[in-house]
Amino acid sequence: MTEGKKALLVMGCPEVPVQMSIAVYLAQKLRKAGYDVTVAGTDAAVKLLRVADFDSYYVQKTVDLDQIIPEIVEKKIDFDLCFAFMHSDAGMTYGATFSAISRAKLYAVVFGKNAEELAKTIDYPAEKIVAKATHNPTPLKNKIDRVIL
Amino acid sequence: MSCVEQLKYKLYLERTSFKDARDYIEKNSEEVYYVDPGYKIFKDYYVIGVPPVAMGVRGKEMLFTYVKPCHGTFVMGIDSEEEILRLRENESEKIKKSLKKGGPKKKEGSAPSSYDDLWKK
Repeated sequence: MTEGKKALLVMGCPEVPVQMSIAVYLAQKLRKAGYDVTVAGTDAAVKLLRVADFDSYYVQKTVDLDQIIPEIVEKKIDFDLCFAFMHSDAGMTYGATFSAISRAKLYAVVFGKNAEELAKTIDYPAEKIVAKATHNPTPLKNKIDRVIL
Repeated sequence: MSCVEQLKYKLYLERTSFKDARDYIEKNSEEVYYVDPGYKIFKDYYVIGVPPVAMGVRGKEMLFTYVKPCHGTFVMGIDSEEEILRLRENESEKIKKSLKKGGPKKKEGSAPSSYDDLWKK
């Protein structure tokens, strides 16, 4: 049962197109499975999402990345699942931070040109979902479908 | 934007990897402390990082990593006796390295001193 369970999606820099597509897909998929979904991201990433989904049809809750971290550290909120999107060292570093501060089961969603190399640098507890995808979201979607739900 | 960016700071490394930033702090600090991700400094900045997260002390300056999702990791230095004292009091048991022989390396090049200077580059 997933009723009442909470999932967090953490978007990094939105420069790689597949991130937004997969974030919306995953949010919808988790919501249909009964999860209360929150999508965190950089200011630009959240704006991209809010403009496209202006009726909040796919994503109901968004929060700034810099706002959610203090709330988790101060134990005001936490999640059951956390999906950290990453295509760069900075994204990997944010993933490590969520691994350390949250009790959520962490999924590292690794994509971009250097996905495989980047995935090797992840040495914290996380289930890795890795696909060398930049413009075409299908390889990453297929990997997600194999792992989740 | 964190209040860290409103403070008077120096940048010693820009847009690098977290590992390189940690190495810089370890090699260029008189004292090195290790904190967990989420350690709070300067009232509202919660440190982002891969454990162990190094925090350095060099004179009155505290060296730390600052991660921006679209720009990578920076090594920042801010003069703060208060933060250094808090680090020494709370994290003393986590010290793994101390002053390197011969003291810290000389600073490389001129460091930007404001947030605006950083983005002009």
